[in-house]
Amino acid sequence: MLEKAFFIPFYPLLAFLVIVFFTRWKEKLSSGISIAMVLLGFLHSLAVLIAMLGRDGRPLELAYTFIDHPSIKLELGMWIDGLTAVMLMVVTIVSSCVQIYSLGYMKDDPRWSRYYSYLSLFTFSMLGLVIANNFFMIFIFWELVGLTSYLLIGFWFEKKSASDAGKKAFITTRIGDLGFIVGLMILVAYAGTLNYQEVFAKVTSGAIPANIIALAGVFVFCGAVGKSAQFPLHVWLPDAMEGPTPVSALIHAATMVAAGVYLVARAMTLFAGSASAAMVIAVIGMITSFIAATIALTQNDIKRVLAYSTCSQLGYMIMALGLYGVDLAHDPHTHSVGYYAGTFHLMTHAFFKALLFLGAGSVIHAVHTNDINDMGGLSKKMKITTTTFFIASLSIAGIFPLSGFWSKDEIIAATVHHPFFMTVTLLIAFMTAFYMFRLCFMTFTGEPRDKHRFEHAHESPKSMTGPLIALAFLSVFAGWVGLPWLKHGFSWFVYHGEHQVHHPNYILMVVSTVVALSGIGLAYLVYYKKAISADAIAERFKPLYKLSFNKWYFDEIYDAVIIKPVLGFTRVLWWFDANIIDGAVNGSGWLTVKWSDLKMWFDKYIIDGAVNGLGYICQAGSWALKFIQSGSVQFYALFMLGSAVGFVIYRVTPDGFYYYLAGVVILALARLLSRISRTNRLKTEPDIEG
Amino acid sequence: MFEYALSSLIFIPVIGFIVVMFLPKDNFGLIRWTSALFSFVPFVISVWLTYDYFILHSSSAAMVYVEGPFTWIPALNAQYFLGVDGISVPMLFLTGLLGFLSILASFNIVKRVKEYFAFFLLLIAGMMGVFCALDFFLFYVFWEVMLVPMYFLIGIWGGPRKEYAAIKFFLYTLFGSIFMLVAILVLYFTSEPHTLNMLTLIQTAPAFSRSLQIMCFAFFFIAFAIKVPVWPFHTWLPDAHVEAPTAVSVILAGVLLKMGTYGMLRISWPMFPEALRYFAVPIALLGLIAIIYGALVSMAQKDLKKLVAYSSVSHMGYCMLALGAYSSVTALAGCMFQMVSHGLITGALFLLVGVLYDRAHTREIAAFGGLGVKIPVYTGLMVLFSMASLGLPGMSGFVSEFMVFIGAFSHPGFMVITALAVLGVVLTAGYMLRMVQRVFLGEFNLAKWGGLTEINFREIVTVAPLAILTIAIGVYPAPLSNLMRATLENLINLMAR
Repeated sequence: MLEKAFFIPFYPLLAFLVIVFFTRWKEKLSSGISIAMVLLGFLHSLAVLIAMLGRDGRPLELAYTFIDHPSIKLELGMWIDGLTAVMLMVVTIVSSCVQIYSLGYMKDDPRWSRYYSYLSLFTFSMLGLVIANNFFMIFIFWELVGLTSYLLIGFWFEKKSASDAGKKAFITTRIGDLGFIVGLMILVAYAGTLNYQEVFAKVTSGAIPANIIALAGVFVFCGAVGKSAQFPLHVWLPDAMEGPTPVSALIHAATMVAAGVYLVARAMTLFAGSASAAMVIAVIGMITSFIAATIALTQNDIKRVLAYSTCSQLGYMIMALGLYGVDLAHDPHTHSVGYYAGTFHLMTHAFFKALLFLGAGSVIHAVHTNDINDMGGLSKKMKITTTTFFIASLSIAGIFPLSGFWSKDEIIAATVHHPFFMTVTLLIAFMTAFYMFRLCFMTFTGEPRDKHRFEHAHESPKSMTGPLIALAFLSVFAGWVGLPWLKHGFSWFVYHGEHQVHHPNYILMVVSTVVALSGIGLAYLVYYKKAISADAIAERFKPLYKLSFNKWYFDEIYDAVIIKPVLGFTRVLWWFDANIIDGAVNGSGWLTVKWSDLKMWFDKYIIDGAVNGLGYICQAGSWALKFIQSGSVQFYALFMLGSAVGFVIYRVTPDGFYYYLAGVVILALARLLSRISRTNRLKTEPDIEG
Repeated sequence: MFEYALSSLIFIPVIGFIVVMFLPKDNFGLIRWTSALFSFVPFVISVWLTYDYFILHSSSAAMVYVEGPFTWIPALNAQYFLGVDGISVPMLFLTGLLGFLSILASFNIVKRVKEYFAFFLLLIAGMMGVFCALDFFLFYVFWEVMLVPMYFLIGIWGGPRKEYAAIKFFLYTLFGSIFMLVAILVLYFTSEPHTLNMLTLIQTAPAFSRSLQIMCFAFFFIAFAIKVPVWPFHTWLPDAHVEAPTAVSVILAGVLLKMGTYGMLRISWPMFPEALRYFAVPIALLGLIAIIYGALVSMAQKDLKKLVAYSSVSHMGYCMLALGAYSSVTALAGCMFQMVSHGLITGALFLLVGVLYDRAHTREIAAFGGLGVKIPVYTGLMVLFSMASLGLPGMSGFVSEFMVFIGAFSHPGFMVITALAVLGVVLTAGYMLRMVQRVFLGEFNLAKWGGLTEINFREIVTVAPLAILTIAIGVYPAPLSNLMRATLENLINLMAR
């Protein structure tokens, strides 16, 4: 089964193809095929996990050539190690739960088959991403999950907000991918390969200059920033909540957004090749985590609170991984737990965050609104949803002994050498506990604020509560595979670098529990007991409240600084194209036409004028000369005599000749004039002659 | 492969042209199916040729299926000389495929049907000739022959501004051809003994003086750049595309533009290596400008067809960038992939835009919205090709762009240019998704578009092969890559002289 692990992505792909080409019109069959295939994938993943446990996590690689060139060989292949096995489990479990849950949630949707085909396509892409053995392949599936995310966010595309959100998600993550591509180009240019292990070997052997490693690391990380919705590209994730809620659970909470974290973990050797690149990662993670947590404090849309929470938790993981990279860069034998913490939290978070979203979906399904101001008191009507939602909230808040407690503890433990990070981490833990329980209390406890909606609320069908219970189970127990007292626990299975022995840090456990409990306590006082007025706090810290409520104005700033100017610039360029460049083309055409007009004028009046002028001169000259040929013998004799006299004079005295010639010409002209006048008189008075 | 295979590619459409001329002009069915037959046979031959070349000849760079050289015009030493290698075979295949599909897509033409199909067949013959010719005189003749039917196809069957577009296209291209003619004459008179044989000139031309090489290179470049079109010679393209009937746009974008890049790769690049080194950076910069500029201008378009037209400017920019990075096999292979891929994808996009235009009689993006509800299959195809155009993995556009990027990046001194060119990836996503959103998503206007009908079977038949090939190349590019690898490596050796 292990060698055939590359089959796993193909099960859902098969489902996708079958649905699109054959069973599109048979809705129940489509969903059945889709769910059967993902369950098959789950079973296969389970077999792989068991096999990997049997091999002590020893990795396995298979590769097929995609394109072979002298400068670069691109492959498709699989790399199975502990981390891959865990991720395969996470993806197939969450995908199975979500697909089953959707049977209830998407009931009566006219595009049912399409929905399941998209889910299958997504599962295929995500599994392909996880199983990849090289950067090229992960990039391919990276983009494909982006596509399915786009399609599913905009699933109800008649709504403008949904189609806007899909577009925004695709383009924003693509901005990150732009950096990813540049990172890949740097790797190809300097490492000559994109295979993980070959790249890592070159990085650790020092074959690549340190600054190039840093550059490649930061650029590759850009991809993770986009996909995992990290600052400054986090803006798409909250909007992505326009998609159906099960989709949010699967793609925008548990799996796809975790792909960035997975990439950072997977390529840890690359990032750890440069302390500065690793520091960039840690700082970005921390900033995101902090900003998102502050925003989550004040949002009223149940899904958006969860979306910001997701951002924040992903930031947590990335920060932990980044800090591990920093430690590793400084000391190859580091005892930092950051790597373990990040990947561990990646797994536990997938379960409880998927549960939170599905729970929120169950609530939305019941009350048909996302606004927690219109909810309240739902615990009376929705027992299972309420219980599971509280379990997940306790887990994310980090309460002993739920899964979130163990993984969050490790994240805090990862910051022990970085006091500033530790402070912020604890602050975020406090905020997380607070906003999660604000959500819980406002949704499920107290008096219903919208009686009408409350009346119509009901517990969801079994197809929806079943996955909730399964995920609740995982939210409690999944973390136990990483108990700090286990010798061969999670950390040992997904190890990076040397096997590490962990010592439980009891002080940290106590501190983190206190922090979480105080966050829950504050929420309890404000939203359950109403001992403190939330409005009063908001009024007291008005600027901070507005900053949080308006999501730090990121959308507004991007719109004003980037989107509007770019769109304006496109219109300017178009004008430039139509008027300047094309103007030059048309202008040269116009000039040619005008030039030929000028040539025509010149031709007509100057050249042709010269020709005609010559003709005219000849005509005029011959007209004048014809009077000499008068037919009068006396005149001829006179002409001869005159010529002879002139000749003689010329021979004797050349000067005198000119006077003579002048005299003759005058006489001739006088004679000519008299002839002309006589001719005219004859013409005008024909009767006299006749 | 049979003897005179290349000649049959060229002359079967010519025979078709003559036959169609003699058909009764009112029997539309007969004319259509006769033309389809005379374009289908070359298509089959081109497929066979591609397969045969792949199996037997792709391991070497030599010219194969050579015909001639036969003396043609002794006084000029012009010869009838045909032959193909790894860069012309894919182009012949593309011409065969798109030629046949365009004829099928033209079945709805009802105006002067006989002339239309006759011109179309002549056009196919000219394009085939360009990709086979190994003699400059022959090459030039085919290059010009193709202009004439194109001029009439745009000028008679085009849109409202067809005359303007046709004249602009014709004059612009002719303007470039003159430079090419001068360069050819210079080569002829400089070579000793005088020859027009391309293969001979590729061997001898690098010995010519540097200034002569630079001049010839520049002259050829103008001719080819107008065809590609390279920024800033591109403004004929939006006009010609928008005014031309659908099938002509397909040929224009799918094959004609590639003649420019093909000419560069076949002629000026290996012939004048020294000039190439001199001009490489400016060429790559022009490519970069085209990528970014074309994408941005696309984003501002209000007309669907014009958007696709400007996207061609952007996409051909990748080819120019790759051609600038002449030292990398990967980049040049990326260029060839892009030529094929752009032919498939943009050809399909034009076909699809035509399908919508036939029904809606408008192409204004703002006039639509929410069509996904009414015509889901059409929407699916359009989204598929939009995704292909923006370089989604799993489709050919991704392979070509990725190869161009990694290839060009490793060419010395091209890092920054290439990194900037990656911006095109985001911009393309921007205008394509904006288009998809504004046409297919959002609220559906039932009153206005309630009568819109789904894409019909014939139209699906014209687009489906393109979709299949786009995905096939995207999923398994190795055969295409192997087909031209030896040729490209040889070309790179020639350029390195």
